[in-house]
Amino acid sequence: MSEISAVSRKLIQTLAETISKQVEHFNKNEVECLIREFNVLVGETTTMGRVVNGLDRGKFRSILHNTFGMTDDMIMDGVFRTFDKDNDSFVSMKEWIEGLSVFLRGTLEEKIKYCFHVYDLNSDNYISREEMFHMLKNSLIRQPTEEDPDEGVKDLVEITLKKMDHDHDGRLSFADFEKAVREENLLLEAFGTCLPDMASIKAFEQHVYEELEQ
Amino acid sequence: MGVSLTRAAQWTRTSSGTVKLERSPMNDSLLKAILCFVEQISSQHPQEAEHVFAEPLQWSTTLVASDFKTDYDISDTDVQSHEKDSEGHPLLQLSLPTVYVRSFRQLSKLVHLAADKKLEEIRVCLEENREPVVKILGPCFANILEREEAHTDVLPQVDKVQDEGQAKDSEVKVQLFQLLQNMDKQLLNKLLQDISEQVRLDPTAVKNEVELLKRFCSEGEKRLLKVVRYTSDYEFANGCRAPLWRQMHGDICYLVIEPYDTENLNITCSNTGVFLNGGLKQVGEESGYEKTSEVFKDLVTLLKSRSPYFAENIKKQVQWKTDRFQELPSTQKIQHVEPVDVEEQGQPQRSYKQQEKNVHEKARQQHMLNKANKAGCEKKYEPCPRWKNLGLVFPCGYKSSKSLGEEKAGESQKKKFGSGAKSKMKAEFSVESSSESEEEEEQTERRPESHTDLPAEYWQIQKLVKYLKGGNQTATVLTLCAMMDFNLMQETCQLAIRDVGGLDVLINLLDTDEVKCKIGSLKILRKISHNVQIRRAIVDMGGLQSIVKILDSPVKDLKALAAETIANVAKFRRARRTVRQYGGIKKLVKLLDCVPNLASLTANQEKDVDVARCGALALWSCSKSTKNKEAIRKAGGVPLLGRLLKSPHENMLIPVVGTLQECASESYRIVIQREGMIKDLVKNLSSDNDELQMHCASAIFKCAEDQKTRDLVRKYKGLQPLVSLLGKSDNKQLLAAATGAIWKCSISMDNVAKYEYKALDTLVGLLTDQPEEVLVNVVGALGEFALISANKATIRKCGGIKPLVNLLTGTNQALLVNVTKAVGACATDKDNMAIIDQLDGVRLVWSLLKNPSGDVQSSAAWALCPCIENAKDAGEMVRSLVGGLELIVNLLKSTNIEVLASICAAIAKISKDKENLAVLTDHGVVPLLAKLTNTSDDKLRRHLAEAIGHCCMWGSNRASFGVSGAVAPLVRYLKSKDSAVHQSTAMALYQLSKDPNNCITMHEKGVVKPLIHIMGSNEETLQEAAAGCVRNIRLLALANRKARLFQ
Repeated sequence: MSEISAVSRKLIQTLAETISKQVEHFNKNEVECLIREFNVLVGETTTMGRVVNGLDRGKFRSILHNTFGMTDDMIMDGVFRTFDKDNDSFVSMKEWIEGLSVFLRGTLEEKIKYCFHVYDLNSDNYISREEMFHMLKNSLIRQPTEEDPDEGVKDLVEITLKKMDHDHDGRLSFADFEKAVREENLLLEAFGTCLPDMASIKAFEQHVYEELEQ
Repeated sequence: MGVSLTRAAQWTRTSSGTVKLERSPMNDSLLKAILCFVEQISSQHPQEAEHVFAEPLQWSTTLVASDFKTDYDISDTDVQSHEKDSEGHPLLQLSLPTVYVRSFRQLSKLVHLAADKKLEEIRVCLEENREPVVKILGPCFANILEREEAHTDVLPQVDKVQDEGQAKDSEVKVQLFQLLQNMDKQLLNKLLQDISEQVRLDPTAVKNEVELLKRFCSEGEKRLLKVVRYTSDYEFANGCRAPLWRQMHGDICYLVIEPYDTENLNITCSNTGVFLNGGLKQVGEESGYEKTSEVFKDLVTLLKSRSPYFAENIKKQVQWKTDRFQELPSTQKIQHVEPVDVEEQGQPQRSYKQQEKNVHEKARQQHMLNKANKAGCEKKYEPCPRWKNLGLVFPCGYKSSKSLGEEKAGESQKKKFGSGAKSKMKAEFSVESSSESEEEEEQTERRPESHTDLPAEYWQIQKLVKYLKGGNQTATVLTLCAMMDFNLMQETCQLAIRDVGGLDVLINLLDTDEVKCKIGSLKILRKISHNVQIRRAIVDMGGLQSIVKILDSPVKDLKALAAETIANVAKFRRARRTVRQYGGIKKLVKLLDCVPNLASLTANQEKDVDVARCGALALWSCSKSTKNKEAIRKAGGVPLLGRLLKSPHENMLIPVVGTLQECASESYRIVIQREGMIKDLVKNLSSDNDELQMHCASAIFKCAEDQKTRDLVRKYKGLQPLVSLLGKSDNKQLLAAATGAIWKCSISMDNVAKYEYKALDTLVGLLTDQPEEVLVNVVGALGEFALISANKATIRKCGGIKPLVNLLTGTNQALLVNVTKAVGACATDKDNMAIIDQLDGVRLVWSLLKNPSGDVQSSAAWALCPCIENAKDAGEMVRSLVGGLELIVNLLKSTNIEVLASICAAIAKISKDKENLAVLTDHGVVPLLAKLTNTSDDKLRRHLAEAIGHCCMWGSNRASFGVSGAVAPLVRYLKSKDSAVHQSTAMALYQLSKDPNNCITMHEKGVVKPLIHIMGSNEETLQEAAAGCVRNIRLLALANRKARLFQ
């Protein structure tokens, strides 16, 4: 067992070395930790020779939920889609680390790209009215007295479009989104929380470091 | 309910004699409130609702038997409730058309049954039961309720009632009683609010408006009305034209107006507004006075609603009308106001003290505004406070088409409310140190807007606030961002946010854990808090506590925003106190901890610097309170400020220096000096930012009271930059600070020597056409400069004497003190004195002895000394001043030591002229001087002894001094440590010793020994005087012995 782990340790180290050169924000040690963490999360079966593609949607969502406190299904699917760059329904190790680099330590620019991608539900490079409505539909308490309970949400979408749709084409392009966020950083997560807050980042990184020390 | 019904509700008597509730909006709201109370009582207070009334409420209802359903016994036209009291009587009984109700529960059921007629039911009920409380609780309780007027603790009284053996359910009764009382209170408050929003007209306002309307019927093209006339030509002294017995009802006058398109309008103008009446055909016919329309706030509004032709055309003439408005003779208040340009932060002339305080306040307001401008917002035009107080400002630029009458009425009403509120506020805040600026406490709430013409923003903001209330985090952030797009510097938006309840939500958000929501909320709060009313509201709602708490947050953006908001909110005393009490000062000081002057900063460090900047801004606002200054010092703020002072950035330096200069009181001066800040302050004098220069100069102004600081300013070559600041004569605040610094620095003669000829020349040039706060400092500086004799000539050559003498006619006490000092200093030069004399300067200085301020009196008296000494023919000059000598002698009755000393000095100079001495003696100078001799103040002693010495030269004054008991105390003066006292005392004693009786007294008091000591002095005059005195004593002794020998 120790032999195997020694071998795998070596493997992990070389892997970490190569990945850390490709991914920003993490050094080699940190990448190594993240790989370990990945392995733990994927499950013990990884090393048993079976071909494992990575984290499936369910597992990934439970991580988002448990570790980063996200609750909105639609947003979590968006995050998964964004992590899963090759669209194979699994987050591979590389995707995991690349994703986390933005997720945990991204610059504003990276985060803008990330968030836009999360919110672009159908990946057509535009956030349409319908997508906004979809993401915001649970954001207001519905007043039972109102004739159309969705009226508030619709209005909110219009307000948001008015603020962010700079080219007035009735949908948000990446340029619209980027401009709006640069003007007002609060709009980064305009349609739902898709980035972890400081506390959970800290907790997660601490957890990872502890792994390293062990 | 009792009080509000009897006093507040508007009752009217119909022709049939029954009393009715008028159909006015106020009564409607009253009824609605009562209805609401009745409807809720059975669910909220079931026990009380079951309480059986002492007497049933009975009235003729519109309900019929069939309206009642279960729970009632219904038989034909009669109805009885199932619910019965202890004796079996039903609690509700209907025998058409009268209904009897004996509990609130039944009442509320009945109201429920009445459905859409419920308001009518309540109205009739109240009309027919004029004293509902008496019926409900019985006369005993009702009396208390009436008497107490809802403010004292009624329980003891109620207990008494209980003791007197009331019913055993009295506990419920007490609770019910309290419910009613609370209700009463609420009703009254609400009504009061309504009333205060209502227009109250007065005769002048009406008159002005009638004059205005008359113009409309006279001018050909613009003719809007045919005739406007009063029904009565007689005008009472109070301006009313209504008969006296109608004036009791508030009527002012009656008008008949003939419009073009409708029938004649008979109009009553009363102090509650104007309305149509029934038409007065015969005097004394009561029905003619009855109101036949709703009440309008003024005539124009009434006409607009009645005559479409008028309404259409009046609009076209609005411009013309507003022009008239400026000219109307009776609007004197307006004429008093200088035409301050509203767009440029007016600077009304105010007294020096107030101005000094406000200088910095204004400057920083400007600063904040500028910053806001940078942020891409429209400038917020703030009218000067005076305009605000007059209520003359048209909010936010939309010039209203409201009529003159309303303006006037609003104004006078405002005044009334304003002054009352102000004095109350004063009382409330008088606990805190008086040195704090009161600028904001003085500002009263502006006139509430009429709700008819709310701008579009109002509704949009209302909608956004609704989403804020009902949204999750995402929706909240989106909504906050949308809200930021409004022009939050505009008052309409600021007040709209408050009025739709947005402020509560924003403040609540601060207590959540959502960082983004907090950031968004603060971004809005920091802007709307530029508004005075919003600041107050934030503090009233306890928002400041939450903001202070956020200062501890680990998120830097949050800290910076919170500090910036505090900087805005803490503009008034209560807010500053709140910040301190919640530990805000310590937290703010902690924010200052950063390294500001690194060459290259990381993004993180840059943020730290920004946080520190916001912290400094907040401290600047807070530092207006004395206790906060102390708290900043205790929290270790000064060294941190000192470190920030090395920052290269102006936006950091301004709040830092602003705080420092605000704090530069005694305890601070030492620290500022010790931390080496003088060097940085001097360095920043040469910055190219006027505001920064101003604060630096101001800080030096305050710190240079201290000798060492003055030396440091010289050492760091700060004198020259200060002089160069004098070139910026357009910026009066800067000029005031710079001249102040020059003045204080010139107290050190070494500094004066450093200044060049040009500095003095510039200063003299500033003697004319400057605001008082500049003049005070310029003249103060000249006073110090003139202590060097070369400068005296320079001042003359630069033509400075004339403007100085001209300033003697001013009223500002601080200025007068400095002017007299400067004139006095100049007068020590003979050539100067000739000019002063020529300009009649002595008379002017002399008349300042009448000034009520002791400082001015003494300063004037000191200035007189060199004048009298150096004037040609001084004696004649003094005599020519009618009543002057009497004035001087009377001032010897002053209690101010400084005044006494200066007057004594002046008397010493005056009495060198024998004739004048004679006049002084006639005015009784001797006993007055003698009375002062018991003083222990060395300065007074010195000049007093001098005066006595000179006054001895006339008639029997020597003997008189002896009789008045002046000699013995003078002997004691020789024990003083002050050699100047010795000198003048020795002279006085020498003069007095020429009277034998005085010699005896002196000898008895043991004068010889100290005099012999004094004879050993180096001063010749002193030696001579002492020796002369001893000689006189000795001669007397010899003569005495001789006399005895030859007897």
